[in-house]
Amino acid sequence: MDEKDQRHAQSKGQETPGESAGWRSGLAKAGMGLAASIVLTLASFWAAGTHAVWGPGVPVLLAALAIGQMGVHLVFFLHVSSGPEGTNNILALLFGVFVVALVVFGSMVIMASLDAGMGAMDGLMHMQP
Amino acid sequence: MTAAVATNREIPISERGPAPRKVVVGYGFWLFLLSDIIVFSALFAAYAVLSGRTAGGPSGVQLFHRREVLVETGCLLASSFTCALMSLAIEQRRRGLMVVGALATFALGAAFLGLELTEFSGMIARGAGPDRSAFLSAFFALVGMHGLHVAIGLAWLVSMVAQVFTLGWRPMVVDRLACFALFWHALDIVWIGVFTIVYLGAR
Repeated sequence: MDEKDQRHAQSKGQETPGESAGWRSGLAKAGMGLAASIVLTLASFWAAGTHAVWGPGVPVLLAALAIGQMGVHLVFFLHVSSGPEGTNNILALLFGVFVVALVVFGSMVIMASLDAGMGAMDGLMHMQP
Repeated sequence: MTAAVATNREIPISERGPAPRKVVVGYGFWLFLLSDIIVFSALFAAYAVLSGRTAGGPSGVQLFHRREVLVETGCLLASSFTCALMSLAIEQRRRGLMVVGALATFALGAAFLGLELTEFSGMIARGAGPDRSAFLSAFFALVGMHGLHVAIGLAWLVSMVAQVFTLGWRPMVVDRLACFALFWHALDIVWIGVFTIVYLGAR
């Protein structure tokens, strides 16, 4: 059985209900997802309150943990997979991530630039008699 | 069914005809979820821009209690797990188990919402309502929007249990249950962003 066949067998297992093997593997998957997200959540809360990590590195660590946990949720709970049926979902997800990044970072950059510009204007206004 | 799967191995994906109903429904709802997440991204952007603008009012560090947030997060994570168990029970068409999963999911979601509302009313009572500063407006908009989604999800869950009892395991009902599970798990993903950026990122 080559890799492609295995993937088909997996997606077939997800589609046909009423098998105890599906129940057990589903339960194992949900349990793994829960365990992984508990570990990552506790790590996030620990990282936010600790002094063991170099201060400026904490936000980077928090971001990495959050992205990891989002990945765990996508794979274990939302069942996003790279199988043949999941290609469209992955493409849509990538586009969604692109738009979210554009909105969040674009707003932050534009507003920071405007803020700096307003500061300069304040200075000019104070200079006027 | 098995014959179709056997032929699927030889036929390229572009020539297999329409995708199974489950795949199409999941894809459509996935597109809705992504657009909902884009709505949240606008609120996240507003919060990121305004989080320092306290207008002399209290800042995040003074207002947030990490222990409460950890309990809230635990409620949501556990409810995601019970929701996954509910989905498994639905695949097996076990109604009793599905109801147990739905009850646990509802209880944990309601506990989360109760904790959040207590936090909100405590903040408003201290004079730190959404009208105090731009930071608090952005905070209440973002966290309140997530809470509103959880409340809608709870109402949806009640309606789905009622539909299972009145309509049975019709394909329509099973599709809606699958969409509910996707919705609930997606809310958890948004909450990961909220607790990381809003509560743990407060400086």
